[in-house]
Order: sequence, then C-alpha cells, then structure tokens
Amino acid sequence: MSTILAPPREPSGAPPDVGTRRLTERVFRVRESGIIAVLALFVLVTALIQPRFVSSSNIQFILVNTAVYALVALGETMVILTRNVDLSVQSVLALSAYLSAGLFGHVHGIPIPVVFLVGLGIGLAFGMANGLMVSLGRVPSLVVTLATLYIIQGIDILVVGGNEVVASSLPAGFVDIPNATILGVPWLAIAVAAVIGAGAYYLRSYRSGRELYAIGSNPEGAQLAGIPVAKRVFTSFTLCGGIAGVGGVLWAAQYQTINTSAGGTNFSLIVIASVVVGGVAIFGGSGSAVGAAIGALLLGTINVALDVLGISDFWDQAIAGFLLLLAITLDRGISVRLAAALRKRSARDGT
Amino acid sequence: MEPDRDTSLAATVDAPPGWRSRLDGGNMLRWETGLAVVVVAIGILGVSTSPQFLTGSNMFNLGLQSGEIAIMALPMTLIIISGEIDLSVASIMGMSSALLGYLWNKHWSMLLIFVVIILLGVLAGAINGLLITRLGLPSLAVTIGTLGLYRGVANIVLGPNTISNFPTAYTNVGVNGVVSPDLSFSAAVFIVLAIIFGVVLHFTPVGRSIYAMGASPEAATFAGIRVKRIKTMLFIVSGVICAMAGALLTFRLSTAVNSNGLGLELDVVAVVLLGGVSIFGGKGTIVGVVLGVLAFAGIQNALLLTSFNQEAASIPVGGLLLVSVFVPNMAALTARLRALVARRGRAAPSAIGSGHD
Repeated sequence: MSTILAPPREPSGAPPDVGTRRLTERVFRVRESGIIAVLALFVLVTALIQPRFVSSSNIQFILVNTAVYALVALGETMVILTRNVDLSVQSVLALSAYLSAGLFGHVHGIPIPVVFLVGLGIGLAFGMANGLMVSLGRVPSLVVTLATLYIIQGIDILVVGGNEVVASSLPAGFVDIPNATILGVPWLAIAVAAVIGAGAYYLRSYRSGRELYAIGSNPEGAQLAGIPVAKRVFTSFTLCGGIAGVGGVLWAAQYQTINTSAGGTNFSLIVIASVVVGGVAIFGGSGSAVGAAIGALLLGTINVALDVLGISDFWDQAIAGFLLLLAITLDRGISVRLAAALRKRSARDGT
Repeated sequence: MEPDRDTSLAATVDAPPGWRSRLDGGNMLRWETGLAVVVVAIGILGVSTSPQFLTGSNMFNLGLQSGEIAIMALPMTLIIISGEIDLSVASIMGMSSALLGYLWNKHWSMLLIFVVIILLGVLAGAINGLLITRLGLPSLAVTIGTLGLYRGVANIVLGPNTISNFPTAYTNVGVNGVVSPDLSFSAAVFIVLAIIFGVVLHFTPVGRSIYAMGASPEAATFAGIRVKRIKTMLFIVSGVICAMAGALLTFRLSTAVNSNGLGLELDVVAVVLLGGVSIFGGKGTIVGVVLGVLAFAGIQNALLLTSFNQEAASIPVGGLLLVSVFVPNMAALTARLRALVARRGRAAPSAIGSGHD
C-alpha cells in the first residue's frame, strides 16, 4: 500500500529530550482537542438554534445511535494502526446480527449473554480468517478484506435468503438493551464507552498495544526491532472481527428487524471515515481509540443535528464527507508543521 | 504493507537464480493465462447449467448488467497502476445521474445536460486529484471522503425524487443493441474505451510513466516524469468517465434516483484486482482487466440463469479475488509455512527455546 502512502512521516529519530516530548504531547493533544472542539462547536450552535437538541432524550438518542459505530471503530482503529484496513466489518456485523438474534427463535429461552457470546464467536472466527490471510499470506489487507467482504456478504445472502428475524421473536430483555438507562445515561453507551476505554488503555499502555503503533509507522523497522509483526497483526484483525460480531448483536437489539440489509451498504466505509475523522492516520502509526470514538460521535451528532435543525437528511452525507476531507487536510497540516518544528529544534540543539 | 512485496520476492530465493527473473516477469502473464482459463470454465459452466447462456439475448444482458462497472474499471486500472486508488467512482456516477435527472426535469436540453455532466466529472476528478497530489494526502482517505461528499451532493440535488420521464431515444440504450442486436451500447462503449486505454497504457510514454510512478514515485520524479500532473489527469479522466457511466446507467434504468450506483465502487476495484493489477501499483495490464470483467460478468450472469440466488455471486467473485492475490505469492507462502512448521518442530522439544514474544 505504500505507494498510496503519504510521504514519509516526520523524522522520529529526534533526540528524546523533554522539550521534544512536550511538543509531541501538545500536538497529540491537538489531534483530539481539534475534533472535540468541532464537536463542541457543532453542539453549541445547534443548541442555540434549537434548544431541544440538548434535551436528555435527544442526547440519549444520539448516544445509542452512535454506540455500534463507535464500538466497531475501536476494532477498525486497531487494524488501521498497523497500516492495514478491514473492509469486511459490515458483512461480519450483518451475518452476526442475523445468526445471533435468530437464536432466540430457534432455541427457546436462550440466555442473552449466550447470544452475545455467539456473536463474539462468529466475529472472532471471521477476524481470525482475515488475520491469518493477511499476516501469514502477507497479502494486502485491502484486497483480502474486500474479498472476505464479498464472501461473507454472499454467505449472509444464502443464509438469510428471504427470511428475516422479526421483533416479535426477540425477548423483551434483549430489545430493551438500547432503551435501558442508568441516571439518564443509556446503559449501552456506558458499556461501549467502557470497552473503548479499555481498548484505548490497552493501546496506550500495554507493550503489545504500543507495538501496533510501531508496526504501523514502520513495519520493517518493527520486524527488525523484534516485534512479532505477524502475531500482532493477526491479533488486531481477530479483535476487530470479534468486536464487529458483538456490534452485530447490538445492531439486532437496536433495529430488531434483521435481514440481508443489516448494517447498510456503506457501514465499513462509514466506520473507516469515523476513525480517520477521529485523527487516526489512514496508514497507521498514530491516533487513538478515543479519537476514533469521538469521530463516530461527531458523525452521529451531525446526523441528528441536521434533523433537529430541520435540514433535510439528504445533507448528512455531503457534510460528513466534507468533514472527513477537512480532518485529513488539517491532520496533514499539523504533521507538516510538526516535522518542521522538530527539524528546527534539532538544528538549534546542534544534534 | 509495502515490505510485503519485497519479502515475497525475496522468498522465491529457493529457486535457482536464473529462474528468478523469469518467474517474476512471468507472474502477471501466468495470472492472465489462468484467468483466461477461468473465463472459459465459467462459459462452459454457464452453458451446461442453462442452454440460454450463449444466446444472443443473454450476451446482450450480460453486457448490459456489467457495462458501467466495466467502463469505470478502465480509468481505475490506470489509477491503481499509478499507485493510487479512487473509491469515489460510484458516487460520481450517482451525482451525475442525479444532476442529469434534475436538469432534465427542469427542461434543459439533453445536449446542454451532457456538457454540464462532463464538466461535473472534470470538477469531481480535479478535486480528488488536487487534494491527493498537491496536498499529498493519501488517496484512500481522500476518496472515502469524496465518496460521502459526492453521494451527498446527489442526495441534495435530487432529494427523495425519482425522475423517469426520459425520452425513449435515450432509454433505448437499455433495450437495443448497437452494430449487432446482441451487443449492448454500454458493452460497445467498453470495447472502444478498452482499446483506447490499452493503447495509452501499453504503447505510449504516458503509459510507461504510469507504470514508473506506480513502481517508485521518487524514481519517477527524479526521472523527470510529471507525477503530480499525470495523476491529477488520471483522476479527472476517471471523473469524466464515471460521470458518463452515470448517464448510461440512468438511461438504462430510465430512472434517476440519488442511490444510483450505490456501492459499486468496491465492484469496480474488485474487477481491476481480479484482472491481476497489483494494489501496490506498477503492475497490471488492460488485457487482464478485460478478462477480469469477463469473469465477473460471467459469474453474475451464469448464476442469474440458475436458481441460485444471484446476489450470492459475491461468493465466487470474492473467492477469485483471494485466489488472484494468493497465487502470485504462492511460492513465498509455502516457503514461509515450511519455515514456520520447522520452527514449531524445533521449538516443541524444549519449551525454553521457544521463549515468549
């Protein structure tokens, strides 16, 4: 993929003195604070025009609607950080949604956690298949996951056929998942936020998590440094698949009618867009899971905000696309400026 | 992802040195030969499942169904060989279709509408190309953005409306053949464009430059190739052709809706990759892509004639795509697997030796 790559990133060989670290930290903060600022501005302006936008029921609505996207964005972030991409998440989500929710109709009285485990298992299996092919086959992930997207989609069509899972076959406890709140905050949002928090902590603070960044910013270097690249890439695809599988169960709980169109036509690309809007570099090496989640939240908020403002739904996609372009342009600007600043600093320090 | 290519080449080291260059040079050729066999096999399968497969009217349908995808695959081939990708193609198609419907509904003359649509294609391609080449942004990210943006423009222009009162003189592209009644208009356009693109790619300096910049952008720049300008031009050409494909689709369906062509971008990419074009750039041929188109269209059509769910045609297409990416890497893959097995075998007797990661 390197030929589709942006030019080489800023020199990372700068001396690790305190000043440099502070500068890097600041830019890292800018990365996410930029998107948070956009989100805040958006909410503020919308709320000023239409106070109903910040009503608790509307905020709940936004959080619940964003939850699945933000969750899958976590898995996609892990994959993109390693300079790979997973296009197959939407098909994994759709198949998992149908198969897991379908269990309620087939196995009477099946416990809800078991259904989640089944969804997780389905996702893990496909994630492992992707991971095996990409890491062991060393073939481009874009091609592999495009192929598995097709194959899983086809399987979904064969399995589902003209059938669908209908709301009446689902137990009350299941369909209530998106509605349940604690102190006015949807349970779903808390659970998803907790998972994203754990994922972000893993990526930030665990050695194997940090290694994903190393792989993404320089795969050859990572290999030479003794990082088990194939293993890490395999794990990231497996986790991404597993998360998409769980996302499918949540999708089922939320939409309740599950047929072949679960997830929608462009789910994968929307998730990738969220990740990139959230400041994760499309060719890996930088960004955070929290940023990706905020990216998903921003896209979800825009959807609802336009609705509340009385602007027709038909504007959503254009604005989301425009924002994505803006985000990557700004990101590029920041990294160019950072590179220049680092160069100047190292020249001044005479290193 | 780039090191993959290097390591896969390095792993053919098992073969005697003399073989190496021949194997590498022959990879693409072998893939195309293999693909030709696959296409013939699909044809035989089609004939054996349904006597209708080889009939003229079915060939017409085959060309009709996959015509637009095939047409859009041609500029995509050049873009991927140059080392970029364009995921916005189906959205440009949808945007052009929406504008066509909108303006027709406003009683513009069709000729004027065509001019506007072509300009729209130029604009859409130029936005892609300039963001990618002048700002140095990755094309994957940029064109996911414009995928949303251009589809969004289609949504805004047409809203929930459906325009379908196009004159039969135009909607006949979905009914009548050209030259022969069995050759759909879109298939004929594809054949003409495939020849033009083939000549440009394989027999002109521009074509050589496209390979060069795909293989190594730096080397191409140092060799005096105007990488940025050519890439921008490629995106503009892609924009124009996708906009025209949008008009074709609109007339064939005699419907303009904002969702026209939704999701086709991945089909277009799949056809190109199926044709043996390397996603890393620098490799691939138009002949391969034409065969890829035939395989893709053949599978879809053959399944249509059987009782098999036609939408599940994505399974064989996906399978072929996997084959297309694994076969050229087969030697490297088996070498790696063997090494892995050997390592596991050595590690098994003493757990200490294997260590942890």
